[in-house]
Amino acid sequence: MIELRDVHKSFGDHAVLRGVNLTIPKGESMVIIGGSGTGKSVTLKSVLGLVKPDSGTILVDGEDVEKAHRDTFLSHFGMLFQGGALFDSMTVWENVAFRLLRGSLKRPKAEAREIAIDKLRRVGLRSKVADQFPAELSGGMQKRVGLARAIAADPQIIFFDEPTTGLDPIMSGVINDLIREIVVEMGATAMTITHDMTSVRAIADKVAMLHDGVIQWTGPVGEMDAADDPYLRQFITGSAEGPIEAVR
Amino acid sequence: MDVTAPVAAIGRSTLRSLAALGRVSIFTAQTLRHILIPPYYPREIWHAVIAIGWLSLPVVGMTAVFTGAALALQIYAGSGRFGAESVVPQIVAIGMTRELGPVLGGLMVAARVASSIAAEIGTMKVTEQIDALVTLSTNPMKYLTAPRVLAATLTVPVLVAVGDAIGIMGGYLVGTTRLGFNEAAYLKNTFDFLQFWDVGSGLVKGAAFGFLIALMGCYHGMNSGRGAQGVGAAVKAAVVASSVLILASNYLLTEAFFGS
Repeated sequence: MIELRDVHKSFGDHAVLRGVNLTIPKGESMVIIGGSGTGKSVTLKSVLGLVKPDSGTILVDGEDVEKAHRDTFLSHFGMLFQGGALFDSMTVWENVAFRLLRGSLKRPKAEAREIAIDKLRRVGLRSKVADQFPAELSGGMQKRVGLARAIAADPQIIFFDEPTTGLDPIMSGVINDLIREIVVEMGATAMTITHDMTSVRAIADKVAMLHDGVIQWTGPVGEMDAADDPYLRQFITGSAEGPIEAVR
Repeated sequence: MDVTAPVAAIGRSTLRSLAALGRVSIFTAQTLRHILIPPYYPREIWHAVIAIGWLSLPVVGMTAVFTGAALALQIYAGSGRFGAESVVPQIVAIGMTRELGPVLGGLMVAARVASSIAAEIGTMKVTEQIDALVTLSTNPMKYLTAPRVLAATLTVPVLVAVGDAIGIMGGYLVGTTRLGFNEAAYLKNTFDFLQFWDVGSGLVKGAAFGFLIALMGCYHGMNSGRGAQGVGAAVKAAVVASSVLILASNYLLTEAFFGS
């Protein structure tokens, strides 16, 4: 379970998070929605320890993120980055098996490669892709490789940062379906940030709407369309009229 | 007009400089700690040795040969004013090994390596590859900075040694083909005159310059701003900082080695 309690974060004079409270039960898929610059990425990076909150508490399975042993803590996580964040000096399989080639999860090279190829197949990529470099792949394929890397060490918690950004609608659908399948199959806790409503409907068990540094609305995805929160309504309908200023 | 404004501006500038010095000091201490404490990444160290050492050989060699050749001509012309043309082999040797080999070699490596390290790490930062390393339980300082700084500290002295030899050869070629020196006498004068510390001090300087070059490349890469402009600014800062630090530390080391 992931719990954020009254998390604040400012950059200079700009307060990005102004008291975020959010609970993601174990095995659930939470999608955080919100406009650009509302603090979605900062929220996600705060949980991972990539950004240090100014105040508040973040607990993962009851353990304070700031006090946890970093390596052990991070070994439970997998993350798919918005742009893939693949290491371009390495081949695809070395990217996927990165965690399995070093550190506490280190395996023999041949075994790590086998696992990497297996994970690549799981995300719908042929084994011949394994020896290519990320720059030789299309955007959709890079996303899949990123997804394979995120699940390579069978993490208990997976984060997805804008998983469909920059992809065509069909490839977005493929990635959404893959994410949903993998999360269910692995029984992992998932936290996704996106502003793609198709993704939300495909991936989420629960939805949280982040606006102005706080969670404006949260609830099951099935209740989202019937909710009368004006911020959520405006975001779902994509209207320029409403409490969320179109010009920010 | 606020009369305290100029004082406030000086204060702000001083505080900014001190803060930057503090950040670089912390970065240096962290780098040293990660070089000394395991785990190590031998593959990354090897890649850095190839990229920094082996691939810099052509540029260092070219710099050295032309520097040695020009030095021989200059010394011949200059020493001719008081009839001391015969000292060309000795002055070329001492000039190359103590000063020009390490300094010019260091500056060329700074241009080639500090820029490349800053661009690579800066791009990795902008494309979230550094964040990805962290999420994959890998410390970016240990994985990216420590191997590069260690490799540069070990390989730049080797480059300096090669540069010294090539520079002396440049002087020898000009001395024997253009200035009428006897081949055997030129070599004998060079090697009889050179002392171990002439070469050794240059190699120590090379190690210090290598450390500074890679440190500045990594520091500015890790602190790169966003986008292409941010990476461009990081590259520029890395080259400028490493070049100035090479020249400043060269003076300090020369003072320490030969000042008395």
